[in-house]
Amino acid sequence: MDPIFLKVLVGTTLLASSAAVVGAFSYLKGQSLVGDAIAHALLPGVVLAFLLGDGRNPIFLIVGALISGLIAHYGIGYIHSRTKLKSDTAVSLVLSTFFGFGIMLMSLIQRSGQGQQAGLERYLLGKAAAITMDDVYVFSALAVILMVGVGLFYKGFQLMTFNEDFASAIGLPVPLIRFTFTVLTVLAITIGIQTVGVVLMAALLITPSAAARAWTKSLPSMLLLAAVFAASSAITGTYISSAIPKMPTGPWVVLVLAFFGFGSLIFAPEKGWLAKRRRAMANQNKTVRENVLKLMYQQEERNEVSVVLSAENMLSIRVMRPEKLRNALRDLKRRLLVVEHGSGYALTELGRSEGRRVVRLHRLWELYLTERLGMAADHIHPGAETMEHVITPEIEELLVKELGNPELDPHQSPIPYEEV
Amino acid sequence: MMEKSIEVHNLTVSYHSKPVLWDVDFSLPTGKIVGIVGPNGSGKTTMLKTIMGLMKPDSGYTEIFGQPLDKVRERVSYVPQRESVDWDFPADVMDVVLMGRYRKNNLFRRISKEDKRIATEALEKVNLLEFAHRQISQLSGGQQQRVFIARSLAQQADIYLMDEPFVGVDAATEDAILQLLREMKNQGKTVIIVHHDLQTANEYFDHIVLLNTRLVAAGPKEEVFTKELLQEAYGGRLTVLSKLGDLISTEEFPLREPEFKENKPEK
Repeated sequence: MDPIFLKVLVGTTLLASSAAVVGAFSYLKGQSLVGDAIAHALLPGVVLAFLLGDGRNPIFLIVGALISGLIAHYGIGYIHSRTKLKSDTAVSLVLSTFFGFGIMLMSLIQRSGQGQQAGLERYLLGKAAAITMDDVYVFSALAVILMVGVGLFYKGFQLMTFNEDFASAIGLPVPLIRFTFTVLTVLAITIGIQTVGVVLMAALLITPSAAARAWTKSLPSMLLLAAVFAASSAITGTYISSAIPKMPTGPWVVLVLAFFGFGSLIFAPEKGWLAKRRRAMANQNKTVRENVLKLMYQQEERNEVSVVLSAENMLSIRVMRPEKLRNALRDLKRRLLVVEHGSGYALTELGRSEGRRVVRLHRLWELYLTERLGMAADHIHPGAETMEHVITPEIEELLVKELGNPELDPHQSPIPYEEV
Repeated sequence: MMEKSIEVHNLTVSYHSKPVLWDVDFSLPTGKIVGIVGPNGSGKTTMLKTIMGLMKPDSGYTEIFGQPLDKVRERVSYVPQRESVDWDFPADVMDVVLMGRYRKNNLFRRISKEDKRIATEALEKVNLLEFAHRQISQLSGGQQQRVFIARSLAQQADIYLMDEPFVGVDAATEDAILQLLREMKNQGKTVIIVHHDLQTANEYFDHIVLLNTRLVAAGPKEEVFTKELLQEAYGGRLTVLSKLGDLISTEEFPLREPEFKENKPEK
């Protein structure tokens, strides 16, 4: 394999996955933009390091970045605590001031003709292809520091993120925990911007966690998954950019990450968009089925005999979309809640009980609305039409208890209980 | 005389340089259920946070069991307001209760079997054992509150400070919490509760601190729960005080002159 490709691959993978693990805590704290601000704020430190020392020495640049980043981070905290400015204002204030200062220093270098622009431009837009063997060693060392740091401080970071007041109250050294977290974040950003640059750095910190959060419910697995997403993006991005001539690595890594992010938002179980759509559809179908059972039960109630209704009969009693009704009747038949009689349908005993339940919930809810919420009897029907499909057996039990086993609803219709 | 659980001495605390507590001074007995009661914005939560060292007073000091907080940290447990955290955090009930076992000296160590045993017991006491591996985002308000109380029980402290534990919980949880508090009291624990509802205060507490920026009264509930004192706390007759507060805040007066020192006298 091409040694340059391999270097880039190892470098980007290491930094993407370690940045993801550190960024997870910022993401959970709802401080996604702080990483962006710090990335911008590193510029003056980097330029000064460049001015004072050898521009290609990674250690020198990292120290410069670290100092600059720490000042920015504590600056944000100081402004936030000492003024009435909201934290987003403090963040953007520090971001723009530091970045502006950095740009100014940069043009000074240009004017003084010190020329070696490559090292600096790299910090703005990133240049993965320029990763040297020295860089790979430094990245590996930093990645190890980041992983060990997060592992060591796991309990502290977890509690600081979830409930900082409690962490202070039980006497944990919160300032130390915060300082460590900031140093790790700045280190992650410092190595991160070498591939993707200042502008795209926030994506590297936050997107893997946003994607991982959609799939998992525990913090350790979220950290692991974020690292896996980030590493796969780094590998894919590096491969694409090396396969197609003149393609930059950083933007590709970020694009692949975004693909993971949006993919997770759409496909994740429970929280994903598709899963939500599916639940909504399932509930819509359930509503139609229950409406059919209710309608049939009410016909029986009125006529005091079991009835056989065709689909047309049903549509003349209640407005429903005909194709939805057809689907509902098919489902009801399959679930043995109705049986076909010639061209019509009749309730089975199971279906009757289910229809009775829906009618009961409807009337209980109407009674609750008039008795407890003081609503007028002519305003309660629409709400009950919805609630009859929502109320669970536990809530039903509570309703019955709270209303004292009522017999009649506000319209004087009997509330049909199951015969024991 | 009985040991003091908490002493608050001439405490003044401000938020954005506006005084929220003004020269508050009282002490509390041990082995009682104490209510810190007052209307909205009367400084109840600030009181608790200052005792827990989460806010720095402008002047005065607080002590627990006659000592500064740092000396007795392990004997003190804190239950913050339920709404103060994001319940969407990726953790299950057990994860949160185990946080009650975190200490300065085990920060870098793994959670031990003993910690797990204590957390399990705490969950049992609040009747949430079957929910141990439930996501905290899926809990009801009352269950979340019980998780917080279980975390606090896992601390195995002698004094418990709880911020509005009855807010937004169902009647069953309210009863369960109350039952638990009484058991704790019977074991000699002290429980201090920030509470805003006057209706129930009389029934819940043995001892009441009535607060409205300044101290209105503190003592056994029979002495404090009088019509006059309640009216004083809730009647909004403190216009002078709030006007002065605004003035101090907008005109940047120091709350205490820098030369003025009022710390605990050295022993």
